[in-house]
Amino acid sequence: MTNVVITGLGATTPLGGDVPTTWENALAGKSGVRTLDNDWAETYGMPVNFAGQLMVRPDEVLTRPETKRMDPSAQMAIVATREAWADAGSPEVDPERLGSVVSSGIGGVWTLLSAWDTLKEKGANRVLPLTVPMLMPNSPTAYVSLEIKARAGAHAPVSACASGAEAIGMAFEMIQSGRADVVVAGGTEAAIHPLPISAFAAMQALSKRNDDPRGASRPYDTTRDGFVLGEGAGVLVLESEEFAKARGARIYGRVLGVGMTSDASHIAAPEPNGAGQTRAMELALERAGLSVTDISHVNAHATSTPVGDMIEARGIRGVLGGHSDQVLLSATKSMTGHLLGGAGALESIFTIKALQTRTAPPTINVTSPDPELEVPLVRDVPADLPKGQTAAINNSFGFGGHNVALVFGTDS
Amino acid sequence: MALSENEVLEGLAEIVAEETGLDAADVQNEKSFTDDLDIDSLSMMTIVTLAEEKFDVRIPDEDVKGLVTVGDAVQYITKAQS
Repeated sequence: MTNVVITGLGATTPLGGDVPTTWENALAGKSGVRTLDNDWAETYGMPVNFAGQLMVRPDEVLTRPETKRMDPSAQMAIVATREAWADAGSPEVDPERLGSVVSSGIGGVWTLLSAWDTLKEKGANRVLPLTVPMLMPNSPTAYVSLEIKARAGAHAPVSACASGAEAIGMAFEMIQSGRADVVVAGGTEAAIHPLPISAFAAMQALSKRNDDPRGASRPYDTTRDGFVLGEGAGVLVLESEEFAKARGARIYGRVLGVGMTSDASHIAAPEPNGAGQTRAMELALERAGLSVTDISHVNAHATSTPVGDMIEARGIRGVLGGHSDQVLLSATKSMTGHLLGGAGALESIFTIKALQTRTAPPTINVTSPDPELEVPLVRDVPADLPKGQTAAINNSFGFGGHNVALVFGTDS
Repeated sequence: MALSENEVLEGLAEIVAEETGLDAADVQNEKSFTDDLDIDSLSMMTIVTLAEEKFDVRIPDEDVKGLVTVGDAVQYITKAQS
């Protein structure tokens, strides 16, 4: 079986314009959530006026023509891709053996809604010709394929908030099945727009803690009241171990397994007993050939919703059993907000950095932990992971009943 | 009030520069949109749409094919204004 390693990381997030800054701020327990500097709440009566907003806007690093041709979701994916690709040493690879799998949960929502505004205000003749290539949800992966000249396939699996994790799972499978030697994989989302905010708020999914934005995302806290919308992208360079070693690449860690299941239970709510989530974790471990005692860390999906957090936590406890007492649980959405389609990718980067540096990032804002939580939560300050070979799980779940668990391991 | 050909060229060059990243000074009358400025058909349609708005003119799709050089577009827009 082909082993898959990780050789490059890139991100643009509410905590930083790149991976080193994002990771440093995550370890410091900083929040990237802040009040929106616009009048949307007033103009539209929006009940939520804050979000996890990018620290560095893409237009600060991309050229003007690039920002005009790409929806913000694709812009963020390109920023993260350039960092990841350079970080991997810009590998020389046959384009037909190079793939891209970069997902978005929602797609070019800014482009779609701005074009609709233009149509209503000025008529069909003013709708720009690039509207379709900008709004399509495969636009980020297509632009990434253009950027790195990837011709083994450009894919964009869509599964709401599990999209970024599913992309990494698909990239892993592309390499394992022999379709590609190198795949750039990740997720991106640019949905801080009044419509998605209002729509998520209408579902009662968002925290309404307008007077305390930095304290609003509080997974596992008894006072959690919903997720905080975030934006950004995370991108990883995956390679077959053989290819990476032949070119002398620096290896961060390994993708050991992926488990993907669907609930077929409800269009938005997770299965109450968490059976689909549990199966995803079990399948990922089985595929990785690991036993539960190999796991030292879990980066949870944990979005800070009253119901979702504890379904997942009970599932983790159920899968890992008594070994859960030795596992360090981190809920990094407490700092970044929820990047939707970007979340699984960013949190995979956090998981890989945690294994590489043997440091689990903190969960902030938890002042009164849910008494039902039976897995040790890393709170406020980072915690040390064990030395030697160890592995970690990253969970991502999406509206629609999509469950993805990824298992990552250290390189040695 | 209608703009002169030079003023139209200046405004068009701004649009082209913004869309393509070219220097506005390189957008001159004798330049071909495709051969010299390397503008593809989607970018050309974008430039046309933005020019229609900026100069308040209508450039039907069937007329766009005839706009080979920057000068062709400048003349077309200058005439269409009046």
